Amino acid sequence: MKGDTLTPLERFLAVVSHKEPDRVPLFLFPTLHGARELDMTLTDYFTRGENIVEGQLKLREKYQHDCLTGFFYAAAEVEAWGGEVLRRDDGPFNSGRPIIRDPEQILDLSPPIVDNARCLQESIKATAGLAAECGKDVPILGVAISPFSLPVMQMGFGSYLELMHDRPALFEALMAINEEFCVDWANAQLEAGATAIVYFDPVSSTTIIPRDLYLTTGLEVARRTIPRIQGPTGTHFASGHCLSIIPDIISTGTGVIGVSAEEDLSDIKTACDGKLTIVGNLNGVEMRRWTEQDAEHAVKTAIAKAGRGGGFILADNHGEIPWHVSEETLLAISSAVDQWGRYPLDWIDADA
Amino acid sequence: MTVESYREQFRDALLKMNQEAARELLMQTAEVLTPVQRLESLIIPALIDIGDQWGCGNAALSQLYMSGRICETLIDELIPILEVRRRDLPRTAVVVLGDFHVLGKRIVCSLLRSSGVDILDYGTAEVDETLTRIQEDGVKILLVSTLMLHSALKVIELRTKRDAAGLDFKIVVGGAPFRMDEMLWHEIGADAMGQSASDALGIIENLAKEME
Repeated sequence: MKGDTLTPLERFLAVVSHKEPDRVPLFLFPTLHGARELDMTLTDYFTRGENIVEGQLKLREKYQHDCLTGFFYAAAEVEAWGGEVLRRDDGPFNSGRPIIRDPEQILDLSPPIVDNARCLQESIKATAGLAAECGKDVPILGVAISPFSLPVMQMGFGSYLELMHDRPALFEALMAINEEFCVDWANAQLEAGATAIVYFDPVSSTTIIPRDLYLTTGLEVARRTIPRIQGPTGTHFASGHCLSIIPDIISTGTGVIGVSAEEDLSDIKTACDGKLTIVGNLNGVEMRRWTEQDAEHAVKTAIAKAGRGGGFILADNHGEIPWHVSEETLLAISSAVDQWGRYPLDWIDADA
Repeated sequence: MTVESYREQFRDALLKMNQEAARELLMQTAEVLTPVQRLESLIIPALIDIGDQWGCGNAALSQLYMSGRICETLIDELIPILEVRRRDLPRTAVVVLGDFHVLGKRIVCSLLRSSGVDILDYGTAEVDETLTRIQEDGVKILLVSTLMLHSALKVIELRTKRDAAGLDFKIVVGGAPFRMDEMLWHEIGADAMGQSASDALGIIENLAKEME
């Protein structure tokens, strides 16, 4: 963007140190939109790591955002366990029938070897390709589904909630297996050149489970897993609420949180108390019908609430821009960040 | 102890996902409440309350899901099937369009069945299959449960094909995309939107009155 004096990586490092860089970083996650740039269907796009590299670089050139990712789709992780992926050309791929259909199967489960899983290796190839192209200047984000959230795809949401409630020993056994996989997968991405890992943990949000349950489940899993990931991590709740568990999240050792559009950024900023950097919280669902003015208003509001003092990265609230969001809207967001994201954010007082 | 006090204790047992405590409380009330009273004064209001609490962020999805499951089990165990008042409502079905995220649908089914509503569960289905089944079953109200945006947008196809075929049923939507964007249900042409599973019964009853 015109007027930038830092590289995206320098900007990222400044905000996570809770310092004000040249402007608010913009982490767009248009993981699907690369297919449009390459004039491919989503099904074709997500077959090769090289496509992701080319798509991500084209997207960054267009939107001037501050990160890249070799991420394919969340269901790739369960695909590595032998699970089915339901491909579609109008949105993100989903996992199909659960691989764990009877809780007793957990006793015979063993984690896949990352090096042997083609779906993961294509993502590794993308991460390595992006790192080779611009890893010195742009943060490359890896993504690992938390051991605590992966079972939603492994066994289905309802069955997993019942496992947690009815079969605590099998739940713990599954966590132990998943933790090994998550650590291996996250570290493989770091080794390939990822700057940091997004620890994707929607089930830990208070939208999904109450805090009391989180304290004895998702929190303990995160405390065991995150320290074993050999690089910086950010925890993302995929638009789930997290305000009331922020002090607990801090204790996991993560450095960043992805927050919901349904929670107030001022409250989140206060709760983070300079200990966590916030990523969020533009509403990706509403974004589909935003005008240029709507985009500008949303960007200004978010920056006004959380931008001061660093510790804030503007992004959508789910970790993935929906396929139906237009190029014009993403350009409007980028332009608004360029205009209103310059430090010092003196316009906030003038607008108040 | 008053009915209100029993109800609060029952709701709290559900929020703690404590099936034994919920069962014990229902058994305690057997001396003072008929099975129908237990259903209508304790179980249904408690489930609706928990659904409302989830809708405003004060309860978690796991509590709502497990509460529904616990109540279904307790109704099966403790309330004779003939005692449950079957509600005289238009034929209603629930579906998830082209998506395997079915937790919301299961919660809606639990709450409605616990409330004495006979609901047809179409599981995950595509639009054409859903329309065929609606015609075969004479469904007048279709609940569409969604998690993903693309699944929510499939309602446009559903509504367009419904209108083109001259079919007479109402479309009620619910789920995350509609909570995240409160204009979305209007835009896609649904007839009503529920913020939470606990809204479903009221919406069905209101639509039933409109259809009379």
